[in-house]
Amino acid sequence: MLARLILEDGTVFSGKSFGAARESYGEVVFNTGITGYQEVLSDPSYCGQIVTMTYPLIGNYGINRDDFESVRPFIHGFVVREHAELPSNFRSQQTLDSLLKEYDIPGISDIDTRRLTRKIRQFGTMRGVITTSDAKVEEFLSSLQQSGNMNDQVSRVSTKSVFTVPGRGPRIVVVDFGSKSGILRELTQRDCDVIVVPYNTDAKEINRLRPDGILLSNGPGDPKDVGEAVTMIKDVLGKYPLFGICLGHQLFALACGGNTEKMKFGHRGGNQPVKELATDRTFITSQNHGFAVTKESLVGTELNISHIAINDDTIEGLEHKTLPAFSVQYHPEAAPGPYDSGYLFDRFLDMVEKHKKEVSPYAITR
Amino acid sequence: MPLLANLKKVLVIGSGPIVIGQAAEFDYAGTQACEALKEEGLEVVLINSNPATIMTDTNIADKVYIEPLTVEFVSRVIRQEKPDGLLATLGGQTGLNLAKELDEAGILQEEGVKLLGTDLEAIKKAEDRDLFRALMYEINEPVPESDIIQTVEEAVAFANRIGYPIIVRPAYTLGGTGGGIVHDEESLRETVASGLKYSPITQCLVEKSIAGFKEIEYEVMRDDKGNSIVVCNMENVDPVGIHTGDSIVVAPSQTLSDREYQMLRSASLKIINALNIKGGCNVQLALDPYSFQYYIIEVNPRVSRSSALASKATGYPIAKMAAKIAVGYTLDELENPVTKRTSACFEPSLDYVVTKIPRWPFDKFISANRKLGTQMKATGEVMAIGRTFEESILKAVRSLEVGTYHLELKEATGLSQEELDKRLAVADDERIFLLMEAIRRGMTRDQIHELTKIDHFFLDKFERIVAFEGRLKNESLSFELLRDAKRLGFVDRKIAELTGLTEEELRIQRKEQGLVPVYKMVDTCAAEFEAETPYYYSTYEEEDEREETGKKRVIVLGSGPIRIGQGIEFDYATVHAVWAIKEAGYEAVIINNNPETVSTDFNTSDRLYFEPLFIEDVLNIIDVEKPEGVIVQFGGQTAINLAEALVKNGVRILGSDLESIDTAEDREKFEKLLRELSIAQPLGKTVTNVNAAVETANGLGYPVLVRPSYVLGGRAMEIVYNENELLSYMEQAVKINPQHPVLIDRYMLGKEVEVDAICDGQDVLIPGIMEHIERAGVHSGDSIAVYPPQSISPELKDQLIKITTKIALGLKVKGLVNIQFVIHDNQVYVIEVNPRASRTVPFLSKVTGIPMANLATKVIMGHSIREEGFTPGYHPEAEHISVKVPVFSFAKLRRVDITLGPEMKSTGEVMGRDKNLSKALYKGLIASGMKIPVHGSVLVTVADKDKEEAMDIIRGFYDLGFKLMATSGTASSLEEAGFKVTTVNKLTEGTPNLLDQIRNGEASIVINTLTKGKTPERDGFRIRREAVENGVVCLTSLDTARALLRVIETITFGAESMPQFIQPKREAVLHG
Repeated sequence: MLARLILEDGTVFSGKSFGAARESYGEVVFNTGITGYQEVLSDPSYCGQIVTMTYPLIGNYGINRDDFESVRPFIHGFVVREHAELPSNFRSQQTLDSLLKEYDIPGISDIDTRRLTRKIRQFGTMRGVITTSDAKVEEFLSSLQQSGNMNDQVSRVSTKSVFTVPGRGPRIVVVDFGSKSGILRELTQRDCDVIVVPYNTDAKEINRLRPDGILLSNGPGDPKDVGEAVTMIKDVLGKYPLFGICLGHQLFALACGGNTEKMKFGHRGGNQPVKELATDRTFITSQNHGFAVTKESLVGTELNISHIAINDDTIEGLEHKTLPAFSVQYHPEAAPGPYDSGYLFDRFLDMVEKHKKEVSPYAITR
Repeated sequence: MPLLANLKKVLVIGSGPIVIGQAAEFDYAGTQACEALKEEGLEVVLINSNPATIMTDTNIADKVYIEPLTVEFVSRVIRQEKPDGLLATLGGQTGLNLAKELDEAGILQEEGVKLLGTDLEAIKKAEDRDLFRALMYEINEPVPESDIIQTVEEAVAFANRIGYPIIVRPAYTLGGTGGGIVHDEESLRETVASGLKYSPITQCLVEKSIAGFKEIEYEVMRDDKGNSIVVCNMENVDPVGIHTGDSIVVAPSQTLSDREYQMLRSASLKIINALNIKGGCNVQLALDPYSFQYYIIEVNPRVSRSSALASKATGYPIAKMAAKIAVGYTLDELENPVTKRTSACFEPSLDYVVTKIPRWPFDKFISANRKLGTQMKATGEVMAIGRTFEESILKAVRSLEVGTYHLELKEATGLSQEELDKRLAVADDERIFLLMEAIRRGMTRDQIHELTKIDHFFLDKFERIVAFEGRLKNESLSFELLRDAKRLGFVDRKIAELTGLTEEELRIQRKEQGLVPVYKMVDTCAAEFEAETPYYYSTYEEEDEREETGKKRVIVLGSGPIRIGQGIEFDYATVHAVWAIKEAGYEAVIINNNPETVSTDFNTSDRLYFEPLFIEDVLNIIDVEKPEGVIVQFGGQTAINLAEALVKNGVRILGSDLESIDTAEDREKFEKLLRELSIAQPLGKTVTNVNAAVETANGLGYPVLVRPSYVLGGRAMEIVYNENELLSYMEQAVKINPQHPVLIDRYMLGKEVEVDAICDGQDVLIPGIMEHIERAGVHSGDSIAVYPPQSISPELKDQLIKITTKIALGLKVKGLVNIQFVIHDNQVYVIEVNPRASRTVPFLSKVTGIPMANLATKVIMGHSIREEGFTPGYHPEAEHISVKVPVFSFAKLRRVDITLGPEMKSTGEVMGRDKNLSKALYKGLIASGMKIPVHGSVLVTVADKDKEEAMDIIRGFYDLGFKLMATSGTASSLEEAGFKVTTVNKLTEGTPNLLDQIRNGEASIVINTLTKGKTPERDGFRIRREAVENGVVCLTSLDTARALLRVIETITFGAESMPQFIQPKREAVLHG
């Protein structure tokens, strides 16, 4: 079946439909990862977005049980040059096509994805629609222009209730703005006692859980859509060691008085170089963000820039000048992407350990 | 960290001659390195023995030494130049080995030279199997069960413990020389014995075979700060078991999930960290297709063939960055030269599929063992880029120039099923084609997988190609079908064949429908950032990314993969042509498909099209580039072969036109021209049946030179001495019929001379004349060439100059022309004329100082020789004597006869240059890898026809104190001549026979001119092979033997007793 991807500027890409044969709107973004499509399409941070993979052959190794980054995909569409009909890998259980059908997500293949990528690079992220109908382009354009950006993605992807992943180590409360499984995996691997709470959990509720540390997870959309989290962070800051990842990093910045802005087309891929200023070392990181903390907004705050993206100098990491709190814009949990930054979890847990020694945890509640 | 303090002058070591396992990639790496160092204001001194390289041009380094790559000569250069640093990691294994030897000899320390880049400690740890394994255990990285052995018995004991199959890898050898997979004790013993001989430290690794695992490579870089990146990962289509240099390789990996990708990435980075690599490194891994189990296969702590491939596959210039790291920079301080706006410390992202297919020399070496294993046999490779795997591999196939333009080998249909199964299971160079035949025959994917172990992902893609052939055959050719065919990479010719159209018709129809390719950029970043690189590939999609500059352009066709007969020399000429076009104020556009070369460095030309040199692909580029014209004379036979079709399609050829090319190649036209110019050539005739052949040969008189007319350049050419030999040649070597005539020429015994000249239509400039050491009958590429000639009279030189001038003008040459002559009875005969750049252009350019390819290009662009400041005529001869010595790769090609003859066999060349011929020859021979014996035994087995001539040479060796060994026949004639000879047994006379003598190292030189040993069973063949495999000097031409003798005479001092006092006759003293 034929399908089209229509962008808000009127550009039309004609290709073939795969996955669900239905219409779907979203913000069109590209990801430069060569591998990791399963993790990408199941990363809740992509909620509401139509994702293009720049690598042309997608689905080669199929879809397996283990590599999902959440219980279901939240993307609004998947765009590839070619999707493999016969995947080959010992773990493969289904094709990309069948997965998308299962979750009713439309896909479009056989289009010039490089042209699409160049368009986005040149003009910035755009809204678009994947459709199999023959309707006139104009009709879609008016709907595209009328529909504003989504602003409730976090509430859609966050857990509705508290759940625990018990461990014998330090208790970490993960505030779930759309957390990737990788974050939980990194914590449980380190034997943490993990409690995952919904995005709108307030400080009182968190206090009640008596955490040793708080991890602010990644998540979709504009951090300014999640005002309640900013309040919560302000309340817990300093009481517990805090580690923010991606959206969690942006929320941390907002809570400390910083500001964020939308980027032209963001950073999405597993090859983004980030420099750790303290050590002058550069790491290849996994990234997925369309917003960034602005440099000028940090003037006068208690935040130091700890990491920068060396390609465009944007902020990739922050640390609090006095309190045990830091954050990174990228994904130390990898999945997909390089494992080089996994040490940040150790750093966080060291901070937790240190804090525990300094402040008796029982003192707070007594 | 910026540039290292106190670093002013750097010595760069090149990789020497092209041999199997070490090809043009090191010219590319070395050239980049020199440029990168010069950018930093460093003074660069270069040493390399290979004159055919761009890096040995004096504009690349500040000072260039073309000298043998031995401790002796490199030390001399170090003492003379006093460099502060030495960069050896860009000169392949040769460079590394030399650095180690210099260090061990204490020279680096003595002269205060700092080794730049990865240090020797790391190199040793990576290369010494024992140290490497210890390190892997230490950092907990898995290696296959293995043992380091130094004797055959140890190997057998290991095998008894672990079981077969077992892989044998000799330590410190190029391209896995001497190794292999063995399945039983007998072959284990044989392979280990030879492997120990090849290993300079007499050491082999025997290891559990993991054949069938996925073979994955990571090209990684690391700097002194510890920043580490992966430039590219690659997956071999052929699983573990076939040397990666002989494997079809795709980039990026196709069948690894992110977890597998990252697991192997982390392992690779962990290893280079543990090794403290500073620069580029290659890590090879094996991954179980059914689990996460992986093994580290090996690590190359330097730039390599794979890094050249990775550079071209991604656009990321590894060698350049490695050089910068070596002199102190860190990756984060360097800019990505492709985008010019982002950091070099990142990992390239590909948005296309790259396929590499090796190019093997089996078209030349028909008798060679074509089976592929752990010992590399390919001489070169092609690379292709596409947006689908099918497009990518089909482009690669038509880049190969092996007579097919599709994944199809017509002969394969004739194979029996049994034969097919066998050849699928035990891979040879044609397996990819046989696999397609298997699919066409209806074998299932499972069956083929069972035999080949090739991943289902790839097999599925191959099945799709075959399925699409069916659709093209059965369906009517709609727009969509044609579009999809083009998107799968099908070439017009194949589509036409399947749809019953002519190629012409299809091309017209396709263009009418607007089905033309677009050109996309290789930009390292999958379009995430804007890039500056004019590096393109074609595909059938929507957006074309070329930008119109409005400048006039000229297209230069490259020479494709390196193969025997068409080596790096042609890339050298191509690069110079590109530079000259730029100097002349035009944009230079290059089309080529060889990832190893300087010509496919995107910095070389204004635009690089990494595309097949296939007519359709070339025409498509011409359609969009609209050049002033196309230059075909620098790309060897590859480019020349395209000329006719280009002209037919209305393309303008710049320089010598089609008529000149045709006249030189068409025998009748050529004879007519020579007659008109009254120039002599050996008598000969074209025949179309066996009877006529016999008749003609009888008429001309034996020996005669026979060759098929449809291939030129020495392929299947032979000298036959009698009717029996002629008949057997007719039967075995050629198909003779009216479509495929055979040429028979009188073979003229004499001195062979070669001339390269440049003609602008008015004037002819002859930079130099080269005289060959070996007489006519030995391919010019396999002969030692001497410049300036040492034994040609001024009168003959005059004749040569006059004839060259006449031919160049008569043929209406515009640009370069190469003429080969034979001097027979003091008369000059023309053997062959090629109106194009020849193999000798780089050598002659370097020794005469005339930039021949540059000047020729200027002439092609309409300038005159005089305008360019050169004086026509014979350029004054240089004072120094230079020799070009061929280098062979026989040790890697079992069952190939090493006898020199009219078919070219060498893979590379070196140069020796000094004040006199003996010194120059000494350097040349040493540089070619010969260990010149100064004492020992000469084993002589010469044909009857050569015995008389051989006596003088044998006497020479004898007088220098060499002992003589010979089999009974030769021995008795030597004894008759008054020599003391040890008689050794022939093969049929029981052991120990002469093979044992060779094997035991009792002969230091073998002189063997036994005729015709094409079949391995023949004695002569076995003697020669035994010599090669045991590293014994083996001379098959008496001329080479004479030259060697001359060298040994010069470097040694014979012990001669003092003359007796003169005892005058009594009468004479009575004077008074």
